[in-house]
Amino acid sequence: MSRDAQAARRREAMLAAILRRLEGCRTIAVGASSPLPGTAALLARAKWGARVLMLGSRRHNSFTDGGRELFDIAAQGRLDAFFLSGGQIDGSANINLLGIGSYPDGLIQRFPGSFGSAYLYFVVPKVILFREEHERRTLPERVDVVSAPGTSPAHVHRPGGPVALVTGRCVFGFDRSAGRFSLESLHPGEDAGSLRAATGFDYDARDDAPVTEGLSEADHALIRDRVADEIAETYPRFAATLRPT
Amino acid sequence: MRFVSTQELVAGLAPGDLIAIPPDYSGVSMAATRALLRAGSDELRLIAVPTSGLQAELLIGVGRVAELEAAAVSLGEAGPAPRFADAVRNRRIRMRDTTCPAVHAALQAAEKGIPFMPLRGLLGTDILAHRDDWRVVPNPFTKADDPIVLLPAIAPDVALFHAPRADRDGNVWIGRRRELATMAHASRRSLVTVEEVVEGSLLAHEESAAGVLPAMYVEAIAVAPRGAWPLGCQDLYDADDVELARYAAAARSADGFAAWLEMFLGRTEVLA
Repeated sequence: MSRDAQAARRREAMLAAILRRLEGCRTIAVGASSPLPGTAALLARAKWGARVLMLGSRRHNSFTDGGRELFDIAAQGRLDAFFLSGGQIDGSANINLLGIGSYPDGLIQRFPGSFGSAYLYFVVPKVILFREEHERRTLPERVDVVSAPGTSPAHVHRPGGPVALVTGRCVFGFDRSAGRFSLESLHPGEDAGSLRAATGFDYDARDDAPVTEGLSEADHALIRDRVADEIAETYPRFAATLRPT
Repeated sequence: MRFVSTQELVAGLAPGDLIAIPPDYSGVSMAATRALLRAGSDELRLIAVPTSGLQAELLIGVGRVAELEAAAVSLGEAGPAPRFADAVRNRRIRMRDTTCPAVHAALQAAEKGIPFMPLRGLLGTDILAHRDDWRVVPNPFTKADDPIVLLPAIAPDVALFHAPRADRDGNVWIGRRRELATMAHASRRSLVTVEEVVEGSLLAHEESAAGVLPAMYVEAIAVAPRGAWPLGCQDLYDADDVELARYAAAARSADGFAAWLEMFLGRTEVLA
């Protein structure tokens, strides 16, 4: 299989997994640098009429009160789902958007910054983590810097948090009380051994984890006929990869 | 309120001024940025509302920035901001990390003239651990154990941004980009570039008045057509993705950065 075909298959598994996690969500917001979640959210809108609020978009964003409005509706509980990624994501679902090395004065590599993660991770009920590059480096035992913690002590006001981590190799569910990931499904081409070898943290897994289901023909048609054009406004380069060449 | 040239506009910035700048998708004055790159203080203090991209990246790249507070600096789909990452790693700027709603909330405190604003989240983050200006207090309205973060108000000296249009009275039309209004309300004065000046008052009709930042917040306006390029300006023009990708590739090396900058500074502005 060519590299392009492998990338397309991996992306399809991720899209399908995110879409399934969005089922039942009425209001979905999409943050910066999130083309794959943005595509899944627009598919959710095409399929069941979910409301999509996409940062960086003018057409798929109905906010009229400036940058604060997303954070205000999130704290009020009006938002069902959001997406976060990280330069590193660890086995306790801590995410690192700040850098590699010793923070703040001994960084070897600097990432862009936390964006709204240090807040939204606390208040949005369903936060879906995504990271296509699934390697020991990106999914370590422990992040170098905590830009947002996976769990909080019981007394901390935290109606929200992570529900799943979707990577280029698999889908993990997250158990907030245990503070651990467990394997839900493996993408095509992966097995239990290859996944352990590529993951820096420990996780729960059963021997018969299923293969991640792909998108339906109807989903493919919606992407081709509608969603690819919709996502192109904000992510033109990503949209080009969704269109048949 | 005065109408001035872009050069005169940035001459209104004093060394050490705290300058509020909007995110790349809102209304970035790249025309004013060009003037600052040509001749500006080397002691700029920037507060990104709440993130920045090309503007902070370029000003940092030429050494104009002493201090930056931001929730992130990124070039969006074009990738990371290389000069920013390099400057933070080598500690050439004082970087104060924050998170998006913390900037909005701290500006809202300044809008209301109150000393601080509480905000949810943040507990247990390394951002909070390294912000000695933030406080964690018990919620005074409950007997339960409920810690909450307090953020001091942010009152910038200047809000600097670009908007589609102004009228002759200095009212500026910002549309739904309300973070520009928050920035302007919280700041002592606003310096604005606009695509054009229109005849008649923008306050005359409800339809335009609802999107207006009134002149009382605005100190000076300069006309700068395509003044956000290569970023976009609302529904007038989109970001130039090809140019942004070209910058991101060039800026990985010092020579590439210098060459791109020469091109950017060499563009003569169309004066109205």
